Amino acid sequence: MLTFTVRRLVLAVPTLLFISLVLFLLLEFAPGDPMAQVPLTVPPEVKEKMREALGLGQPAHIRFWKWLVQFFWIEPQVLVDHIFGTSFSAGDLRVISWQTRSPVMDIVIQRIPQTLWVVGTAYVVGVLIALPIGIYSAYRQYSWFDQTGTFVSMIGFSVPPFFSGVLVIVVFSVNLGWFPSIYDTTHKVVDWDSFMIQLRQMIMPVMVLALQITAQISRFMRASMLDNLNQDYVRTARAKGLGERAVVLVHVLRNSMIPVVTVIALGVPSIFGGAIITEQVFKVNGIGQLLIGAIQANDLPMVQTLTFIFAVLIVLFNLIADVLYGLLDPRIRYD
Amino acid sequence: MTDKDRLVPDEGLAPASTAVPAAGTLEEFTKPPQSQWREVWHQFKSHKGALYGGLLFLVIILWVYLGPLLWDLDPTKIDIRARNQGPSLAHPFGTDQLGRDTFSRMMAGGKTSVSVGITAMLLALGLGSLVGVLAGFFKRLDGLLMRLTDLFLALPLLPLLLVMMLLFRDPLNAAFGPEQGIFILIVVSIGVTSWMPTARIVRGDVLAIKEREFVLAARSIGTTNTKMILRHILPNVLSPIMVSATLGIATAIITESSLSFLGLGFPPDFPTWGRLLFDATDYLQQYPERVFWPGLAISLTVLSVNYLGDGLRDALDPRIRGR
Repeated sequence: MLTFTVRRLVLAVPTLLFISLVLFLLLEFAPGDPMAQVPLTVPPEVKEKMREALGLGQPAHIRFWKWLVQFFWIEPQVLVDHIFGTSFSAGDLRVISWQTRSPVMDIVIQRIPQTLWVVGTAYVVGVLIALPIGIYSAYRQYSWFDQTGTFVSMIGFSVPPFFSGVLVIVVFSVNLGWFPSIYDTTHKVVDWDSFMIQLRQMIMPVMVLALQITAQISRFMRASMLDNLNQDYVRTARAKGLGERAVVLVHVLRNSMIPVVTVIALGVPSIFGGAIITEQVFKVNGIGQLLIGAIQANDLPMVQTLTFIFAVLIVLFNLIADVLYGLLDPRIRYD
Repeated sequence: MTDKDRLVPDEGLAPASTAVPAAGTLEEFTKPPQSQWREVWHQFKSHKGALYGGLLFLVIILWVYLGPLLWDLDPTKIDIRARNQGPSLAHPFGTDQLGRDTFSRMMAGGKTSVSVGITAMLLALGLGSLVGVLAGFFKRLDGLLMRLTDLFLALPLLPLLLVMMLLFRDPLNAAFGPEQGIFILIVVSIGVTSWMPTARIVRGDVLAIKEREFVLAARSIGTTNTKMILRHILPNVLSPIMVSATLGIATAIITESSLSFLGLGFPPDFPTWGRLLFDATDYLQQYPERVFWPGLAISLTVLSVNYLGDGLRDALDPRIRGR
C-alpha cells in the first residue's frame, strides 16, 4: 500500500508539471494585453519598461521556469516564514498579480476562508442528507420514498445552480424577505447575534450547492446499497438471526460505504470548480469569483496559479480516493 | 409480448455479431423470437420516466426548430413602446426591457442551446469513441491514450473552459463572424473537454468484446482491422455510446448555459437560454417571471434527457432486460 502511494505521488509530479505547461502555453496565446488600460499618452518606451516590470520581457520558456520556481520553491518558503517567523524568502520575487500588484498567493489565502465556509458547509450538509436518503431508498426499493428520492435527485442533476440560485433568491429574498441575497464577506462572527446573521446569509448558497451534492451522492449510495443487499452474506446474517437494523446498518452499510467514500473524496475538487457559478450568483467573493474576475481583467499570473491549484486538488483527491479504496476494501490490492 | 415468449431466453440465442440486424429482410429470414431492438423498445416502454422524458425532449426539439415557422415574430425586433409587458395574446410570455417578444426569444435561444448541446455531444462522442476503440483494440496505443485520458480528467474543466473562451474568442470572431465563431468555439471547447468518460467506457467494452469468439472467427477468415472495428466492434459498443450521448447532451446544454450566464458565452444580442436568464437577473426584483422561463426550459430539457438516458441504460442492458 505504501509503495503504491509513493509511486502514485511520484507519478503525480510529471502529470502536474505537464498540466502546468499546458496551462502556461494556453495562456501564452492570450490576445489580451495587460497594457491595454494604460492611457495612450504614455510613450511606447515607457510602456515597454512597464511590460518588462511585469516580467513580460523574457522569452516564454524562461518565464515558465520562473513561474515554476516561484510557485514550487519561493511560495513554500514564504509559508514557512509566515509560520515560523524565519526569513528564507526575503528579497525573492513572488508570483505577482497584474491586477493588484500584490502576491497572488496572499490574495488566494484571503479568499479561501469564504469558499471553505460556504462550499465546505454545503458539502458536509449535502453528504449528511444524502447518506440516509440513499440507504432508505435502497432498502425500500420502488417505494414511494424511493420514487420521490429518484425524482428529487433527477431535479438536483437537471436544475443548474444559476437557476436554482436565482430561484431561491426570488422566493426567499425578494418575496419572503427572510435571507439577504448578497453574501457579506466582511461580516465577523463575535457573538450569538452575529452568528445568526452569518447563518442566515449562508443558508441560500448552502441550499443550492447541497441540492446538487445530495443528488449525486444519494444516487451512489442507493446503487451501492442495492448491489450489496442481494449478496449471500446478507442472507447469512439474516439466517443467523441478526436484527434487521444490525444487518442493514452494520453489515450492508459498511460494505456499501467503500465506493461511496471514494466518490465523496473525488467530489471535493469538483465542488471548488462547481462553486464558481454559485459564488457568482450570491456574490460570495471566494476562489471562484477571484478566477472570474482575473479572467475578465486579463490577469494571467492569477489565472495560471488558480487553475493550477484546481488541478493540484483534482490530482491530489484522485490519489486520496484510490488510496482510500485500497485501505477500505481488503479485496483490492495494488501491489 | 405474450407469456409464452417470455419463457424464451434472449441471451445466447441470437448470435452476438448480428447485434444490428438489417431490419425487415433478415428478420423474416431467421425469425428470432423477438428482434433485439423490439426487445429494447419493450423494456424502454415499460420505463415510464424514460418514455415521457423522450416525448418531452421530442416536443422541445420540435418547438425550438419548427416553432419559429409558426410564430414568426422576429426575436431581435425592438419595439420600445411595448416594453416590459406582461403576458398577452400578442406576447404569450410578455416582452423584455426593449420590447422584444420573450416567446420568440425563448425559441431562438432554445434553438442555439439545443444545437450547441447536440453538436458538442456528437463531437465529444466521436472523440471519445475514437480514443476508446483505438485504445481498446490496439494494445500499443492503449497506455498512451489512457494516460492522455487521465491527464484530461485531471484538468479543471470549468476554469479551463473559461480560459479558452477568453483566449480564442477574438481570433474566431474575426475568422467566422461573431455568431458562427462563438458557436464553433463553444462546441469545440465543450467537445474537447467532455470526451473522457465515453472513452473510458468504450475502451472497457472493447477490451471485453475483443476476446469473444466471434471476433476470433472474423479474424480467422481474414477480416482486416478496419472492417473488424466497423462491422463487429462498433455495433456491439453502441449501447454505452448511446447512453453517454444522451447524458452528453445534458452536460453540454448546462455547460453552455453556465458560460453564457458567466458572461463568457454568446454575444448579448444573440439569445440563448443561459443568456436570457443572465439578462433577466438584472430585473429580478421587478419581473421575477423572466428568470423563470429560460431556467425552466433548461431544467426541463436536461431533466427529459436525463430520464431518457436512464431508460436507455436499462433498456440496452441485457442483464436488466427481460426482468
